[in-house]
Amino acid sequence: MSAVGHEIHGHDDHGHHKETFITKYIFSIDHKMIAKQYLLTGVVMGIIGIVMSLLFRMQIAWPEESFTIFKVLLGDKFAPGGVMRNDIYLALVTIHGTIMVFFVLTAGLSGTFSNLLIPLQIGARDMASGFMNMISYWLFFLSSVIMVISLFVEAGPASAGWTIYPPLSALPQAIGGSGAGMTLWLVSMAIFIASSLMGSLNYVVTVINLRTKGMSMTRLPLTIWAFFITAVIGIVSFPVLLSAALLLIFDRSFGTSFFLSDIFIAGDVLHYQGGSPVLFEHLFWFLGHPEVYIVLLPALGITSEIIATNSRKPIFGYRAMIASILAIAFLSTIVWGHHMFVSGMNPFLGSVFTFTTLLIAIPSAVKAFNYITTLWRGNLQMNPAMLFSIGLVSTFITGGLTGIILGDSTLDINVHDTYFVVAHFHLVMGISALYGMFAGIYHWFPKMFGTMMNKNLGYIHFWVTAVCAYGVFFPMHFIGMAGLPRRYYTNSAFPLFDDLADVNVIITMFAIIGAAFQLVFLWNFFYSIFKGKKAPQNPWRSNTLEWTTPVEHIHGNWPGEIPEVYRWPYDYSKPGHDEDFVPQTVPMKPNEEQLHH
Amino acid sequence: MTSLLIVIVLVLLGIAIWQLTKIFDLTQIGTAVNGDSEVANDRDNNVNGYLMFAFLGFIYVFTIYSLVKWGHLALGTPASEHGPQYDNLMTISLVLIFIVQTITQFLLHYFAFKYRGKKGQVAFYYADNDKLEFVWTIIPVIVLAGLILYGLYAWTNIMFVDENKEDTIVVELYAKQFSWEARYAGEDGVLGKANVRYIEGVNTLGVDMSDPNAQDDIQSTELHLPKGKQVIFKFRSQDVLHSAYMPHFRAQMNVVPGMVTQFAFTPTITTEEMRLDPKIMDKVANINKIRSEKSADLIADGGEALSPYTFDYLLLCNKICGASHYNMQMKIVVEDEADFNKWLGEKKTLGAAVKESQASEAPAEAAPAPATEEQEAATVIDSTVVDHK
Repeated sequence: MSAVGHEIHGHDDHGHHKETFITKYIFSIDHKMIAKQYLLTGVVMGIIGIVMSLLFRMQIAWPEESFTIFKVLLGDKFAPGGVMRNDIYLALVTIHGTIMVFFVLTAGLSGTFSNLLIPLQIGARDMASGFMNMISYWLFFLSSVIMVISLFVEAGPASAGWTIYPPLSALPQAIGGSGAGMTLWLVSMAIFIASSLMGSLNYVVTVINLRTKGMSMTRLPLTIWAFFITAVIGIVSFPVLLSAALLLIFDRSFGTSFFLSDIFIAGDVLHYQGGSPVLFEHLFWFLGHPEVYIVLLPALGITSEIIATNSRKPIFGYRAMIASILAIAFLSTIVWGHHMFVSGMNPFLGSVFTFTTLLIAIPSAVKAFNYITTLWRGNLQMNPAMLFSIGLVSTFITGGLTGIILGDSTLDINVHDTYFVVAHFHLVMGISALYGMFAGIYHWFPKMFGTMMNKNLGYIHFWVTAVCAYGVFFPMHFIGMAGLPRRYYTNSAFPLFDDLADVNVIITMFAIIGAAFQLVFLWNFFYSIFKGKKAPQNPWRSNTLEWTTPVEHIHGNWPGEIPEVYRWPYDYSKPGHDEDFVPQTVPMKPNEEQLHH
Repeated sequence: MTSLLIVIVLVLLGIAIWQLTKIFDLTQIGTAVNGDSEVANDRDNNVNGYLMFAFLGFIYVFTIYSLVKWGHLALGTPASEHGPQYDNLMTISLVLIFIVQTITQFLLHYFAFKYRGKKGQVAFYYADNDKLEFVWTIIPVIVLAGLILYGLYAWTNIMFVDENKEDTIVVELYAKQFSWEARYAGEDGVLGKANVRYIEGVNTLGVDMSDPNAQDDIQSTELHLPKGKQVIFKFRSQDVLHSAYMPHFRAQMNVVPGMVTQFAFTPTITTEEMRLDPKIMDKVANINKIRSEKSADLIADGGEALSPYTFDYLLLCNKICGASHYNMQMKIVVEDEADFNKWLGEKKTLGAAVKESQASEAPAEAAPAPATEEQEAATVIDSTVVDHK
C-alpha cells in the first residue's frame, strides 16, 4: 500500500518546481508548513483566550472595581468607567471557553502535531491530500477570523456559555450576545467543523494507506495511534454538533421550534411550540464529551513518545496503551449524559451514564500507571519537553480523580456547575492538554524550525507554570464544595459566599503570575525561530522516522528513498546494542530477539 | 491599577530571570557551541530531578494548607433526609481520591527524582508485564464497582420519588429572568394546570384558572417548607434554562422551558435549628467579621456599612441564564409544620387573588374577544405533567 505513496510523490515533488512566497508560506500544501500555520494561529488564539481569562478572573477577585486595563481592552462601551459589564463578563467566559477548547486545544494542538508528525513518523512524503489539507487550514483560519470579528459586535459576542444552550443562545431578548454575536459564533463553528472534518479524514486516510514499508500498525509510535483515533472520534462526533448548530440557526432565524417551547419573555409569548432544550443538550454533548478526548488523546500520545524517549526506556505496555486509547475512544462516545444528570432527563438514564462514565477510569488508570512504570529505572533526560510530560501525568491524575465524583450521578447533584467542575476539567483536560502542547512544541521545535529553543527559559517556564496551575485550580475544589456556582459575575449578591472572597483573590494572583510567565515561553518561541542555535539532526537521540529527515525542510521529506522500518519505535537501551537508542530504520541483527509484545 | 502594576512588575521579573539565564549561558561558552547545548546535561538532570522532588513537597504542603485553611468552607450539616447519605458517599470518594492522589503523585515525582539521568546510567529495558497490567486493571475495577453500586443505590433512593407517600406536599418552583416564585398545591394537593400563554396580570405563573384544581393554589415569593414532610418540587421556567440549586439540602434540578422537571426531598432541620448548628455559627461569625472589616473600609470611603449576615437557606440559580444570573435567588424557610400551616393559611388563594384583581380593573376591559381566546387555548399544552425526555 505504501508503494502508492512513493509513486505519487516520489518523482516530481522534490521541490524541483519553483516555489513562490505565496505557494511556500501561504497557500502551501506541504504538511510541515501547514503544521506551522496551525501552530501560529493556535498560539495567537491562545493569547486571546488567556488574556480573556485574566480579565474575568480580575472581575471575580475584585468585583465591580474599575481597572484601566478593562477600559483599554474592552472599551468604554463594554466596561463603562473601567467597570466590566455583567453581560460582558459572560461573553468573556463564553469566548474563553470556545477559543481554548476548539481553536487552541483542538486545532492548535491536533492540527499542528497531526499534520507535522503523521507523514514524518509513518514515512510518507505528505498527507494523502495536500490540497484538502490546505483547505482545512484556511477554513480554520477563516473561522478564527470570524470568531475574532464577533468580539466587536455592538451588542457583544456570544454570551450563553461555550455550551450555548438554547433558549438563552436563541433569544436576543434574553441576553445581548445572542444577537449578531451568536450568529457569528454559529457560522464560525460551522466552518470550523468543516475544517476539522477535512483534517480528520486526511489523517485517517494517511495513516491507513501511506505507511512506509515495514511500518505495521503495531510498529506505529503512540503519537500516531493517538492522532489516528482522535481523528476517528472527530469524524464520528463533530457532524452531530454541526447538526445541532444548524438546527439552532433554523430556530433563531427561520422560526422553527426544534429546541424551544412555551416561552414568555419581555412581556410576549413567543410562537415556539413543542421543542426541547434537552434535545440540544444531547446533541451538544454527543460531541462535547468526545471533544474532551479529542483534546486530551493527542496530548497523551505526545507524552507517551516524549516520556519513552527521555526515559531512554521503552514505553511500558505498548499494547495496553493502544488498547486503552481504543477503550477511551469507544467509551467517550457513550458517556455524554453525565453532563446532564440534573437536566431533567429520565433518572434511569442517569444510572446508565454513571456506569459507563466510571468505566473510563479503568483505561485512564492503566495509562497513568504505565507512564509511572516507564519512569521506573529509567535514565531520565530532563529536557523541558520531559518536564511538561511528567507535569501532564501529574495534572491528569489530580484532575482525573475528581472525575470519580462528578461522574457519579448522586454526587453530581450538589457539585454540578459549581467551581468544583471548573477545577476538574481545567486540570484534567485544559492544563493537561496545554502541557501536552508545550511538550510537543519543545520536543519538535527543532523539526519544525531547524533551531533549538533555550532550555533554561524552558525550565523557568515549566516550573512557574506548574506551581501556578495548581495554585489556580486546586483551591477551586474548595469553593466548589462550598456551593459556589460558576459563571457568577460577582459573588457579592450572596453574603453566604463572603468567606470565599480571599480564595478568589489568591486564585487570580496565581493566574496573573502564571500567565505572565507564558511571556517567557513566547519570547523563547519567537526568538528561537529566528536566532535559536542550529539544531542537530536528532537532538533527543530518538528512534522515530522524523529524525531521519534533513534539518532543512524539503518537500517530500526525504531526499532519497523513503526509509524502510524494521522494528518498533521504542527500542531504547536495548541490551546488545552500543547506543541507548536503536532507530526504527536499523535492521534487526541476525540473532536479535524482539523483547516486547 | 494595582493589578496592572503587578503585571508590569512580573514582566520585569521575567526579563530579569531571562537575563540571568543569559549570564548562565555565557559561562558555558566553549563547552558546547552548537544546538547540543540546548539538550539537558547531567547538571540539568540533577537540578530538575531535585525540583521534581521539591514539587512533590509543594503538592503535599499545598494540599494540607488548603485542607486546614479552606476545608471548613465546604457545606456543613446537610438539612435533608437524603443529605447524610450523600455526604457519606462524598466522604468515601474523597478519602479514596486523597489516598490514590498521595500515592501516585509520590511514585511519579519520586521516580522522576530517583532515576534522573546520569552519565553511564543504563536504563532497564522493561517493555511489558502482563501481571502488572492485570493488577492495575483489576484494582480500579473492584474499587469502581463498589463506588458505582453505592452511587446507584443512593441515586435510586433520591430520584425515584414515591408520590403516594403520606406527609407529602407538592410545590411548583417557577423560574424567570431573574427571580423565583413558588406555587403551593393547596388543600387538594394538586397543582392547577398551567402554560405561559395564560400569563396575565396577577396570574404571573400562567395558571389555567378554568382548572378547578387551580383555585386553591397559593403563590409566594418566599419558599417555606415544613420540617419532616416530603416536598415534591415541580419546576417550570418561562424563558430560558435555569437550575434550582439548594446546596444545603444537597438538591439540584434544571428548570426547562416547555417541560416540567422534578426533584423531591424531606427537610429535616428548621432554619432556626440550623442557625444554632456549631459549624454554621462559626461560619456566620467568620462572615460577619469579614463584613465588618469591609464595612469599616466602606465607611471610610463615605459609603454605607454592610448589614450583618444571618443564616438562611437559599435557592440559587445555577445555570447561566442571562446578565443577572449571579443574583437570582430566593430565601427558603424551613419551619415546624404548625408554623408552616399558619404561614400558608394567611396567604390568599390564587382563585381569590385573580377574582379580586379582575374586580378592581376597569369593567370596560373585562371582556376580551372570546374567539381569539379559544384559538389560543387550542394550542395550549398542559405543562404540569413530568415527562422525561
